[in-house]
Amino acid sequence: MRELFRKWMEGDQDPMESILDISMQADQSRDERKQITHEKRRMLSADPGSQERVEQDRRWFRKIYLAVAVISCISLSLVLLYTVSLMPRYGAENPRTTEVVSRYVEEGIEETGAVNIVSGMILDYRAFDTLGESHVLFTALVCVMILLRIDKKNQRTGYEDYYTIRSDSYFDLSRDPILPAMGRALIPCILLYGIYILLNGQNSPGGGFSGGAVIGAGMILFSAAFGMQFADRFLTLKLCNIVTFVSLAFYSFAKGYVFFMGANGLENHIPKGTPGAILSGGMILPLDIAVGCVVSVTMFGFYSLFRRGSIGMDVDYGRFASGGRKGKLTASSLKDSGKAKGTASFSKDPCKAKGTAFFSKDSGKAKAAGRKG
Amino acid sequence: MTPREILTVILLVLLIICAISVNIITDLLQSVITFMAYSFIMAVVWILMESPDLGITEAAVGAGVSGILFLMTLKKIRKEDEHDPADEIEERKPENLAKAPGGEKDG
Repeated sequence: MRELFRKWMEGDQDPMESILDISMQADQSRDERKQITHEKRRMLSADPGSQERVEQDRRWFRKIYLAVAVISCISLSLVLLYTVSLMPRYGAENPRTTEVVSRYVEEGIEETGAVNIVSGMILDYRAFDTLGESHVLFTALVCVMILLRIDKKNQRTGYEDYYTIRSDSYFDLSRDPILPAMGRALIPCILLYGIYILLNGQNSPGGGFSGGAVIGAGMILFSAAFGMQFADRFLTLKLCNIVTFVSLAFYSFAKGYVFFMGANGLENHIPKGTPGAILSGGMILPLDIAVGCVVSVTMFGFYSLFRRGSIGMDVDYGRFASGGRKGKLTASSLKDSGKAKGTASFSKDPCKAKGTAFFSKDSGKAKAAGRKG
Repeated sequence: MTPREILTVILLVLLIICAISVNIITDLLQSVITFMAYSFIMAVVWILMESPDLGITEAAVGAGVSGILFLMTLKKIRKEDEHDPADEIEERKPENLAKAPGGEKDG
């Protein structure tokens, strides 16, 4: 069983191989497929009743589709409206709403040490909610990584590698005159503002999520304005993993400690500090920093994975020469990158290559010649 | 009505207009930009409802990061639309790669 699992993980064996019937669509040439489609169309047009039958089916399908959509929409709205009607009236004297709220508002500052009562709520009274939210973000990052990441294991050909690098240069706006100039002025302010929101979360509106999101947006602007090479210097995949893991583990342990001590009636040794000072609020400031790290790394990780399928320098970047140098992909480098069957040399600079030609202008000509021939 | 209430009503009307037009507009780029405008109005509405922390998050995530992700996806989709996938499959066959003038034989 373990052997099978190991094989599956390494891609040697596919558990669906004998179950699913996988046919290679790509084996049919384009002309054959055109021929088949043409045949089908001809058969349909030869039979005069078939067109009408297809059209009738479609009409029925559309009607049923519309009816089902309207019915499900209305019933969902009714269910939601009914749920809303069950909620207590706004501002009414209801013990469910007033007791907890008055406790938070009246004794929140004493109990948590945070002037910003929202921070006190989400990071002290309801800290496990926030832990769950951080884990949701982490899970989302992991899912995006599973879907979009390109590394040595799933990178099939040098062709795809080349395609990724080209698509990265496609998003590169560092030669744009406006964005880098604006970035130089704006990015320090954005990052500073984000750090301020993050560190001052217990005293003023903000906190881990807001600050982390602003810092992440600043990092995205940074790498959009100055290219991914600069971003690679401070954030690699390893650093991203370490930061996320350490933040989440620290959060869990710190909050676990506080809840354990509180639940067992033991004394909590973490000082509350004077409300209003920057070092106040007990565990709120470190937890804010942990959440902010996770959020900013997740935001930037989304951007980086969407843009080129990796965080940091996973793909061998120098091989294709970004910037003005000439990149050449030779047969040997193609062999390195896995099961490359065909070879081609990309003599054209990937940054300069535009239009529909994929490999180079040469192959575009070859394509045109192949169509003629 | 105080000026604050008038502003709130104007913003809420704009919010509804944006929310409906995101669904109606057929051009995806315009739709994404309308969605970002929706998030921006929502951020101002959060601040008017006296929850500025949500406003900051909405402005950074809704109007910033998610819009960027949508735009990047759109750009990638457009770029892949530029060529015919069938051509790509043809090109990737070994014999066609070797035929290209710049191509080299394996080995």
